[in-house]
Amino acid sequence: MPDFSDILEVLLLRNYNTRLVVLGTTLLGIAAGLIGSFLLLRKRSLMGDALSHATLPGIAIAFAIMVSLGGSGKSLPGLLLGATLSGVAGIATMLLIRNTTRLRDDVAMGFVLSVFFGVGVASLRMVQSLPGASAAGLESFIYGKTASMVQSDFLLIALVAGAASLVSLLFLKEFLLLCFDDGYAASQGWPTLFLDVLLLGLVTAVTVIGLQAVGLILVIAFLITPPTAARFWTQRLLPMLLISALIGGVSGWLGASLSALTPQLPAGAVIVLVAAALFLVSMLFAPERGVLPRLLNQARLRRKVDRQHFLRAAYEILEAQAGKSETSGDGPVRNVSFPTEVLLEKRAWSSRQLRRILRIARHEDHLESAPTGRLRLSEPGFGEAARVTRNHRLWETYLIQYADIAPSHVDRDADMVEHILGAELVRELEAKLSGELPGHAVPPSPHPLPSA
Amino acid sequence: MNWTAFDTWIVVTGALCAVACALPGCFLVLRKMSMMGDAISHAVLPGLAIAFLVTGTRASVPMFVGAAVAGLLTALFTQWIMRFGNVDRGAAMGIVFTTLFAIGLLLIRRAADHVDLDPDCVLYGAIELTPLDTLGIGGLDIPRAALVNGAVLLVNLAFIAALYKELKLSAFDPDLAGTLGFSPQFLHYLLMTLVAVTTVAAFESVGSIIVIAMLIVPPATALLLTRRLLPMLGIAATAAVLAAATGHLAALVVPGWFGFQSTTSSGMMAFASGLLFLLAWLFGPEQGVVARWLRRGPVEPEPLSQTQTKTT
Repeated sequence: MPDFSDILEVLLLRNYNTRLVVLGTTLLGIAAGLIGSFLLLRKRSLMGDALSHATLPGIAIAFAIMVSLGGSGKSLPGLLLGATLSGVAGIATMLLIRNTTRLRDDVAMGFVLSVFFGVGVASLRMVQSLPGASAAGLESFIYGKTASMVQSDFLLIALVAGAASLVSLLFLKEFLLLCFDDGYAASQGWPTLFLDVLLLGLVTAVTVIGLQAVGLILVIAFLITPPTAARFWTQRLLPMLLISALIGGVSGWLGASLSALTPQLPAGAVIVLVAAALFLVSMLFAPERGVLPRLLNQARLRRKVDRQHFLRAAYEILEAQAGKSETSGDGPVRNVSFPTEVLLEKRAWSSRQLRRILRIARHEDHLESAPTGRLRLSEPGFGEAARVTRNHRLWETYLIQYADIAPSHVDRDADMVEHILGAELVRELEAKLSGELPGHAVPPSPHPLPSA
Repeated sequence: MNWTAFDTWIVVTGALCAVACALPGCFLVLRKMSMMGDAISHAVLPGLAIAFLVTGTRASVPMFVGAAVAGLLTALFTQWIMRFGNVDRGAAMGIVFTTLFAIGLLLIRRAADHVDLDPDCVLYGAIELTPLDTLGIGGLDIPRAALVNGAVLLVNLAFIAALYKELKLSAFDPDLAGTLGFSPQFLHYLLMTLVAVTTVAAFESVGSIIVIAMLIVPPATALLLTRRLLPMLGIAATAAVLAAATGHLAALVVPGWFGFQSTTSSGMMAFASGLLFLLAWLFGPEQGVVARWLRRGPVEPEPLSQTQTKTT
């Protein structure tokens, strides 16, 4: 087990052996995070998948050509050039299929992926018989061989990752326009075809250098996972790009460091798992679009709606009782106890819902102790009920008189509007209407109430 | 070239596997889930590894179960991330399968100290070796792989025959299928199970590359030639058989052209299916590039159904 100082040394890039690997994968993660964001926004995340599989024949063929020309076949730039060319051929095939047939994107990608990969596997097996093929470790491109990164590999990765990031930042505005509305971009005279090809070129560059570092399956994760995770944190583009680059960089940095500390763990796999963990955290907890915050918001909203429904129903019951008890028309509404069944008649609540709602009302001091089977609002509860009812009726009046909505729709709409708009706006409306309606008393309902 | 009974069995096994994949593949392609086959075939790796670590053998049944479970989980996780996270299907799929694949690699690496479980042999299988492992039935030595793939093919045929109407409806109009009371969700998982089982059965016997290719390419070829479901299934099956036969033939012949000794039949079968697609693309009677050229001059790109994909 490595001790703390070892860990710190690797993480802070002080360890000479691992410095290059960790720095290389970090840079790769940043570049892939940036460029992957554009792919995600164009809904082409799996492009990286198809592309990385499509590079395999190029690697095998480049190796065969280099050997037949008398070289060693091991030269990394040569192999990566082959990978790039066959990746570009893959993209061209994809675009051709998409533009000349009625097959959709996913079929075009699947076609390129499987056929190119098939050719790649077949030609890899063919060149395997060449001298030095096993030594070149061609198959390591499938699973990656991060730990064996040497200085020249690192320089190549750093150069390409840096250039790709720089280009994507230079063309930021154009790419964003392309991602959001390519039709508009084209109509405004932007060279969308050029931009599209440029973007795919950047994807190819990142994929090809990623092949060496993490292997052709796992480089896909680098292009997909960070942007998708970043999407949960923000609705805006620039922050999303930055977060995505950050997540990509952190995955590369942590993953490569972890794998450097425990040699039996392959770096590519660890990096992907770190990215996946960051994705999971983002999906569950990100404040803006995360799953748990959204569920909490929903629960809070439901609670608010239930509270208002309960108070208003209680007030309407009291109102009806006041009307009944006095012989000379409507008397003042008084806070008395009323049977629970009456409440249930007004609202279709299950007994479980009712218990929950009453518990919350007691918690808020809206209820006082009453004989079993009866409910009695407390003084603050009664005041709040009057306020809620008044609010509601003001809204209904407003909708009926100003918004030309048929009275039969009002009850529901009023509820919804009330729950959607903030308290400030409601207050503003009250102020507007208080001129026509008597001061603080709860105005009568503007439409007949459903009989309780 | 020297064609033997050995080669015949390889072609038969490959063809059975190819048709078994092409049939459910048609529905994947129609449901815009072409990449699911690829995703599942990578994602079964941890299933295989766990089954191996638990049982300690490479026996078929536990491996099969482990892989099928992993395949189903891929479909399930993808669906969850799509629904709860509001994530695009492609991205959700990509995250799930790369993560599962990474887990599988780690597990295998941990196990590799004691045993021989090589991701290569899992991913590429060895169709060339299938005739060596035979079962004698009725005086005939039939390769086990041919029996497995034949059985899978029968299951797939039975499934499609039994649920043809439902599958058709939910492939073309999932909303209508839902309103008529066939749960598209249920059918989706059923189809995914079928794909996972097919993938895994084929994997173990002939390697994943055939599976990935045959799930997509023959159905895509068929879709270029017809707009109707039943002919599509027929054409896809035919293309799959042709690809298996010509692929193996090419594997015997092509390496010689370049002075190499041999190559894998599975890779060449994938390549052959690609060539068949190319033929249909160029010479298809109705939508082929040549036919359209003859009809109305140079090909104009068709407007795509989705607004975001147009580039020119």
